[in-house]
Amino acid sequence: MTTPHQRKRRGTRLARCLALTGFGAIALTGCVSNASQSALKPHGSIARLQNSLFVPVFWIAVVVFCLVAGLVSFCIIRFRARSDDEAPRQIHGNTRAEIAWTIAPAVLLASIAVPTVKFVFDLNKFPSNAMTITVTGHRWWWQMDYPSPTDPTKVDFSTASELHIPVKQPVVISLTSVDVIHNFWVPELAGKLYAIPGRHNKMVLEADSAGTYYGQCAEFCGTSHANMRLRVIAQNSADYQAWVSAQESSPVQPPSTTSLAATGFQVFNTVGCAGCHAVTGVSAGIVGPNLSHFKSRSVFAGAIFANTDPNLRLWLANPPAQKPGSVMPNLGLSSDQINALVAYLDTLQ
Amino acid sequence: MAIVLEPPPTPAAPGPETPGTKTTSPFLRRPTSNEGFWGWVTTVDHKRLGILYTVTGFVFFLLGGIEALLIRLQLARPNGHVLSANQYNQVFTMHGTTMIFLVIMPVSVGFANYIVPLQIGARDVAFPRMNAFSYWLFLFGGIFLYSSFLFGGAPNGGWFGYAPNTSIPGYLPGRGSDFWVFGLLLLGIASTAGAVNIVITCLNMRAPGMTLLKMPIFSWMSLIAQFLTVFAMPIITVALFLLMFDRNFGANFFNPAAGGDPVLWQNLFWLFGHPEVYILILPAMGMVSEVLPVFARKPLFGYPVMVFSGIAIGFMGCGVWIHHMFAVGLGPVAVSAFSVSTMFIAVPTGVKIFNWIGTLWGGSLRFTTPMLFAVGFIVMFTIGGLSGVTHSLSPHDRQQTDTYYVVAHFHYVLFGGSMFGIFGAIYY
Repeated sequence: MTTPHQRKRRGTRLARCLALTGFGAIALTGCVSNASQSALKPHGSIARLQNSLFVPVFWIAVVVFCLVAGLVSFCIIRFRARSDDEAPRQIHGNTRAEIAWTIAPAVLLASIAVPTVKFVFDLNKFPSNAMTITVTGHRWWWQMDYPSPTDPTKVDFSTASELHIPVKQPVVISLTSVDVIHNFWVPELAGKLYAIPGRHNKMVLEADSAGTYYGQCAEFCGTSHANMRLRVIAQNSADYQAWVSAQESSPVQPPSTTSLAATGFQVFNTVGCAGCHAVTGVSAGIVGPNLSHFKSRSVFAGAIFANTDPNLRLWLANPPAQKPGSVMPNLGLSSDQINALVAYLDTLQ
Repeated sequence: MAIVLEPPPTPAAPGPETPGTKTTSPFLRRPTSNEGFWGWVTTVDHKRLGILYTVTGFVFFLLGGIEALLIRLQLARPNGHVLSANQYNQVFTMHGTTMIFLVIMPVSVGFANYIVPLQIGARDVAFPRMNAFSYWLFLFGGIFLYSSFLFGGAPNGGWFGYAPNTSIPGYLPGRGSDFWVFGLLLLGIASTAGAVNIVITCLNMRAPGMTLLKMPIFSWMSLIAQFLTVFAMPIITVALFLLMFDRNFGANFFNPAAGGDPVLWQNLFWLFGHPEVYILILPAMGMVSEVLPVFARKPLFGYPVMVFSGIAIGFMGCGVWIHHMFAVGLGPVAVSAFSVSTMFIAVPTGVKIFNWIGTLWGGSLRFTTPMLFAVGFIVMFTIGGLSGVTHSLSPHDRQQTDTYYVVAHFHYVLFGGSMFGIFGAIYY
């Protein structure tokens, strides 16, 4: 026989078990190994330097937390009221103890202040012979301008959403913005830095190994802030040079007049694309991303869509429906125009 | 609830409709209705206003909670479509603005209103009518802010409202930022007036013989928090005026194209915003410091140290604001200086935590509801404090800032800290 009271207690116990299991399951999701944007798994010298400061302090914090939680738990168990008649000794304080737990944290903090200040200054050293790539934040995509090898003040070529860098070679990123404040962040390579209109902020990027590193804008910048991503593609020297030469070349001449791509080329020049987008030798728009080698990129529209023909058709049909608030308007293109434009864009290798 | 109301000043005080009061204008007469709806509307009694503040704060707490649930619902799966992008931006902006300006601040002020005059033996706060003015302006500001949902969209620029996103019309859809500017201006005036009131009450109206170092700890922490309000609120008020001029009258304070500087907004905002954090947590620290001794059957451990660490937090809290801006690119000297100041604000905070443990030590602990909240506060706030120390590692803060790490940190402080303190105090 179980009394209602016992049944109720059993129910409570079951509810607690379920709650604990649920909490545990959710907490375990923090342990996924394929997190591609983890600052705790640095793949570059800057992120490693930053992480090397965090890890020891994290463990110190864990120890301090265990100390505090342990003392509180000890008090809860050891000093719980056992009868109503208890009259604990009335202590108003203990100067020695209070001085001790003022000085101890101060000493501990001073010891972490030293490397912190040193690292702050280290992060502000920029290698003088490094290439400076200008990265400009737009609502809601990133523009990358590579310097000319002969005259670093001139732009060699301009691309978007994907930043190619040579592996194991520090590259200086000069950040600015044309509209609101954005925040450039590729967690595996380096901590973030703001892209502020009217200013140029500098940081260093360096990747240990070839690969694709994910990043995003980290400062709320308006309606599609969540859709402002980027990729850093670190390549070994030969691949990087090949990519640079391909980007430096002029895109293929407008194709013969009978093809679908040629129709697309006409559409590009007549419906308004050319007003905002630059294609070397064709148009000089600066509002949207440079499309000279559009198809050499794996993603578009702020690195949120894979660069495939079906995605492009969806995008061209109605950009704001794909990306809320998109600065690129719905041009009301017919499906014939869209197919032609996609065929033309496919030629921009 | 048993509310002991003050008797009217004179038994025959004339009502507003009574003719024949030649000496005083009707506006200067003390309201006489003690009961019912008009009693609450016209009251200048500190306890009734304290209750009004707290109840209103909890209504907004409900709204802010619903907004939090909507945020979580939207984020429960990738590409959630519970809300549109713009609605989501409105909801998280209003969640932050609500919880800070319409919940924790007014509830803390409500407690100060109710408790401080009782603790220090004053008849009421120094300026009872201004007290009522503060409350009604706060309520009006809150309603004004929420009315934006009906008139073209709520604020959607984040609770921090970074320029030029907010300052140049057209970057954010809707008129939400205008509601945000005017709403916060009203709330700023309300809380500054309220703060002046509490500060003067504490300084001038203590019972004979109660020196400052005999003032109860909750009153002390409220005094420090309200002092911070008096100093911090004018800064955000100025910033909001600049923003209003930028938005509506063609000024260019934050417009880089015309020679303005968007970083100025961040400096002004956080120069207010960081003391604000301590405005939110200090009263809760006071509440916990009142609850722990009672249910441990021991006096507060190290009262003078508790008071001075509170003062130290108040002072240092005004000198750490750049730690919100380590990724702005302000140069190594500023970043180093504010890293170090941020680290050392952990010292007085740590002292408080150990003194609370000292209060528990050797006591006879009874785990009533307020005590559970107070003990929970110590542990939760410790997590908030320790994660705060990691923010001071400015090179690594450039990984942490603008991520959920920071969101988690200040929710430990504001929910596990401030709200636990407030819940404990309500049960107490």
